[in-house]
Amino acid sequence: MRAFVVAVFAFLYLPIALVVLFSFNAGRHASELTGFSVQWYGKALSNPFLVEALKNSLFIATTSALLAALCGTAAALGLARVGVRTRAVFDVLFGAAIVVPGVVIGISTLVALVQLFGVVNPFLASLWPNDQPPRLTLGYGSIVAAHGLFSMALVAMIVGTRLGSLDRNLVEASSDLYATPLTTFRSIVLPQIMPAVIAGFLLAFTFSFDDFIVAFFVAGAQTTLPIYVFASIRRGVTPEINAIATIVLVASVLLVVLAQWQLRQRKPSS
Amino acid sequence: MRSNVLRHNLLTALLLGPATAWLVIFLVLPFVAIAVFSVGERAPEGGYQAAFTLAQYANLPARATAFWNTMVLAPAGALACLVVAYPVAYYLALRAPERWRLILLALVVIPFWTSLLMRTYAWMYVLGGRGIPALLAYVGFEDVRLINTPGAVLLGIVYGYLPLMILPIYVSLERLDRRLLEASADLGATPVSTFLGVTLRLSLPGVMTGFSLVMILLLGEYLIPTLLGGGKVFFIGNALVDLFLQSRNWPFGSAIAITLVLVSVVVLIAANRISTRLSGARRVDLI
Repeated sequence: MRAFVVAVFAFLYLPIALVVLFSFNAGRHASELTGFSVQWYGKALSNPFLVEALKNSLFIATTSALLAALCGTAAALGLARVGVRTRAVFDVLFGAAIVVPGVVIGISTLVALVQLFGVVNPFLASLWPNDQPPRLTLGYGSIVAAHGLFSMALVAMIVGTRLGSLDRNLVEASSDLYATPLTTFRSIVLPQIMPAVIAGFLLAFTFSFDDFIVAFFVAGAQTTLPIYVFASIRRGVTPEINAIATIVLVASVLLVVLAQWQLRQRKPSS
Repeated sequence: MRSNVLRHNLLTALLLGPATAWLVIFLVLPFVAIAVFSVGERAPEGGYQAAFTLAQYANLPARATAFWNTMVLAPAGALACLVVAYPVAYYLALRAPERWRLILLALVVIPFWTSLLMRTYAWMYVLGGRGIPALLAYVGFEDVRLINTPGAVLLGIVYGYLPLMILPIYVSLERLDRRLLEASADLGATPVSTFLGVTLRLSLPGVMTGFSLVMILLLGEYLIPTLLGGGKVFFIGNALVDLFLQSRNWPFGSAIAITLVLVSVVVLIAANRISTRLSGARRVDLI
């Protein structure tokens, strides 16, 4: 049994370890190590297309995670104040946002937005008789919105769970001591749910940063890091990709560890 | 009093407003849109043209291979995940030393939240011409093809979704009342019949949760068949990308997407029914 478990952990981590190892390989080839070098990192980071894609991904992930954390937390707080039926409706919708496959989310968002733009753009054009009218297109906005949908549902669920385990006595004690609802929220509720909010933000960021399939549909002319990597993988495996893969893996491991650590924080420090 | 109720409702609406708008604009409306598209026609230059016909659904057999691959490899992949995951979950929940448990559990969770693209790429690297085949050629087995086979896709599936299978099984085993195991042994049951009659039986809800989660996600999988199946082993997700981004046949693609969602719903309902029957309505939460 123990040997089997060790084998499974090796199975989980060996391929990743190989990619990391070969990202430091001096030579071009995967089958032989020809010395240590960080040249592929240099090559990767001086590739303008790659840097552009990386910047796009960072911007999109930050924006969608922030929006998701805000709206998801607000929704969780709101759901604590409504009846069982309203709650059930939201639970189904959040569940759907998480369970419906990424391909379908991507496709339906694409179809709906293109349809919407088809109505809005001529209307905008009719308002701007002389100048070049503003045009809505696929791009940052559509990726942020599509990523945020999944993330918001995730945040709402994580924060909702945390709210469920909140000590009601503290809230009651606070209002018994004549604290205003706002003070109670700021000094009792918020510190208790903050770790869940931060964990939700970090997981949302990781998801958005890693997502390929949803962005593939709704990116329009924009490129994100996974889209760039996917396109270059299809052109052939190169040491440069090993370097990018290593950077992305290390970054997402750090974020996930940070998120887990936040979730385990029982007592807020402030 | 009335103004208090009013204020309460107003605040609730303000809190739920943004989420509701988001869900309606980017989940409900898009879903209605593809439902409408799926009964339409392809415009001559690609895209959509209004109509009311079931022709797109009648045309589904044109993509039978994609459906067939998905309907065979998704359950097979989920089953393979289960076979590998169960012993690991069992060890983590019931056998692992206390101080190692959380660390091992974290090691299971981390890959699930890291990039599936990068992890699948790692296997392209290992299975591709310069990886294991090169090693095999070195010891005398020439021309071994590993990548772009159903086996490679299955391997990629197990690799990608293993953590998602381990977690729910771990949770149900961890909650298991250990006194039941002792009782079973005290009553003269062999370890095997204790395992089958008590441990396995009580962990079935977790098994069902894991199995249905992995199944649902696999139904919409795109990356693993693309990278490890190399265009030879393709899923419904690949057909969808092709129909929407290459041949621009939106109505047919929508019909396939709707069918995919319906299949997922059937799988979810079936899984729910089975696990309710198994456990007497005891549920296992993942997060």
